[in-house]
Amino acid sequence: MANASTSHYPAAPAAQGIESHTLCVLVDNEPGVLARVIGLFSGRGYNIDSLTVSETEHEKHLSRITIVTGGTPMVIEQIKNQLERLVPIHRVVDMTVSGPAIQRELAMVKVRGKGDNRVEALRLADAFRARVIDAGTESFVFEITGASDKIESFIALMLPLGLVEVSRTGIVAIQRGPDGM
Amino acid sequence: MSKEMTGASKEMTGAEMVIEALADQGVEHIFGYPGGAVLPIYDALFQQSNRLQHVLVRHEQGAVHAAEGYARSTGKVGCVLVTSGPGATNAVTGLTDAFCDSIPIVCITGQVPTHLIGNDAFQECDTVGITRPCTKYNYLVKNIADLPGVLHEAFHIAKSGRPGPVVVDIPKDIQFAKGAYSKPKENAHKGYKPKLKGDHDRIKAAIEMMRHAKRPLFYTGGGIINSGPEASTLLRELVKLTGFPITSTLMGLGAFPASDPKWLGMLGMHGTWEANWAMHDCDLMICIGARFDDRITGRLDAFAPHSRKIHVDIDPSSINKNVKVDLPIIGDCAHVLEDMVQLWRAGSVTTDKKALADWWKQIDKWRARKSLAYKNSKEIIKPQYAIQRLYELTKGREVYITTEVGQHQMWAAQFFHFDEPNRWMTSGGLGTMGYGLPSAVGVQLAHPDALVIDIAGEASVQMTMQEMSTAVQYRLPIKIFIINNQYMGMVRQWQELLHGGRYAESYSHSLPDFVKLAEAYQAVGIRCDKPGELDAAIKEMINIRKPVIFDCVVDPAENCFPMIPSGRAHNEMLLGGAAESIDEAITEEGKVMV
Repeated sequence: MANASTSHYPAAPAAQGIESHTLCVLVDNEPGVLARVIGLFSGRGYNIDSLTVSETEHEKHLSRITIVTGGTPMVIEQIKNQLERLVPIHRVVDMTVSGPAIQRELAMVKVRGKGDNRVEALRLADAFRARVIDAGTESFVFEITGASDKIESFIALMLPLGLVEVSRTGIVAIQRGPDGM
Repeated sequence: MSKEMTGASKEMTGAEMVIEALADQGVEHIFGYPGGAVLPIYDALFQQSNRLQHVLVRHEQGAVHAAEGYARSTGKVGCVLVTSGPGATNAVTGLTDAFCDSIPIVCITGQVPTHLIGNDAFQECDTVGITRPCTKYNYLVKNIADLPGVLHEAFHIAKSGRPGPVVVDIPKDIQFAKGAYSKPKENAHKGYKPKLKGDHDRIKAAIEMMRHAKRPLFYTGGGIINSGPEASTLLRELVKLTGFPITSTLMGLGAFPASDPKWLGMLGMHGTWEANWAMHDCDLMICIGARFDDRITGRLDAFAPHSRKIHVDIDPSSINKNVKVDLPIIGDCAHVLEDMVQLWRAGSVTTDKKALADWWKQIDKWRARKSLAYKNSKEIIKPQYAIQRLYELTKGREVYITTEVGQHQMWAAQFFHFDEPNRWMTSGGLGTMGYGLPSAVGVQLAHPDALVIDIAGEASVQMTMQEMSTAVQYRLPIKIFIINNQYMGMVRQWQELLHGGRYAESYSHSLPDFVKLAEAYQAVGIRCDKPGELDAAIKEMINIRKPVIFDCVVDPAENCFPMIPSGRAHNEMLLGGAAESIDEAITEEGKVMV
């Protein structure tokens, strides 16, 4: 690390606690808008832990981006402000602080196996309320939705039973109650 | 040319729309450089009837800097026209510079025809991709129907809110395509609506904090300049009403008159002793249109430790970015200042007179250190002396100063004093060497009768020297005043202070003869290396109605003081040898630090 006295920049601040926040971002669905958002994150050194995008209001050409990011409270505030500064962005809501919110993810999990492993995988899938969406004599594809930690536990359980691959959507979030964002 | 159609819209080509839209936006001058992908627009320029004057630069970076100088000195949007590929990439430095310093620029770039985009065509580059992080906004126009709206919106976005550069990338086939042109409408962008008016309750709270302050300080910045001349007028009024001291960043010089006794000089890394100590010791900091840049704050954990902070800014992302503030007010400086002045007057607010008097007494002690003092010489021109003489000899004229980047820039900020806004053009945020000369071209074009001087360094000025040719072509009598110390002076200073005096590559070897160089450009060259001859030489320069390169040969070893050393706080400043030595004016704490 560069010694502060040989640099003409101030030293890095002392490390602070990192918090995870889920941001919902309403944007004009125009070319390059996603590049603006992720370029902002990479350019300013913010993290993206999960990213989900889809057009949600077709008539208005509005897309909703859900980003899970981590940072100190000051950095999280900066991220929100920097996002709001982008011209095609309409609103940024921090789901982590704006009241109770539901966060879900969907995963498709492919497991290959025979005999006991296969039976065990199916039993666990049932317990996790995962659906079988493809089945062969040697494999299953399960579809599971839920909070990320539930999906993590399911995947961990599948690992010794012949886990082949996982495809996940990333997190989507919505606030509880009657009001929209 | 265009045929009148039913209603307000006219049928015309994309290229003609560009000219039409620029004229409708009130653009009179555009800086540019032609190339394959913008030929239709140049053709339309050629055929238009003198509504727009095009200024041919010698490098696209120069075009953007010229537009920046133009914009900064007039408050209008600066306009640029360049071609695809290298034209666009050469403009990137200027765009980034304008982005850092919040200068309104609309830059039109040509692009290869839409069917070739993505094919690695000749002179193709991903202009919107490359300029996305260094513009406020950018567009790739793929449909002729979108073009008029995009052009008008580009101007709206560039100049409103926190201003910035906007790029409009227009493929060649769109320039040829015909469509209906529409006039600018009252611009209502769906999502983009900058907030101008500050929250009234917060402004009230600010007034309340101000009246109880014992050691208050205004810390202002480029936002005041961007907000327009009314903001400067209101600031002067508020300072007069409150009686508080005021300092400013590099970008904000001129918003408050340097000749006023309440002015403490610039603050920050090379700011005055009194400004930085006042920042450190204040109990209320009123930051208006500045952004707590690292050149200003120094060590963050020791930044104004006993102060409460009010921060007025139009950009919410400037709030709490580097420094946590107690009272943020989002809004345009002029609007907020107007409310503050009004509230102060209406409430006939009284301040803590006794505490303020003590505060001023303390400030006068700091002032007594004369932190800008330097040892003058009879044999060799000191750079500070050169700028001091330049200031004295141009006083009373309509003067605009641009600078390059480095020691000369800091000396100019310290020794050239401004009483009006929009007179000082410098590259603050990005620190772009080569900014000053093309910027002076833009300033002179906007103010043909003014005295426009680029205070330059011999290293910086060579980065965009070719724009001398532009100045000569358009008979722009800019003065390039080179503080020639044969070093990249600021680099050398840091190497001296931090890298054991190992002057790696900072000596300007094989310098050109600047007098002959001026003559080669059909400009006038003047050289001066004796303090006794300096005044006469400067007067000669002022009186020449042609571009001049003034080679002012100065002491190569001079360093720029005062200075906050790296990673230190405001009360740990270094002074030059000539400053008054420590006396009772300095606190006990200060004695330990110096």
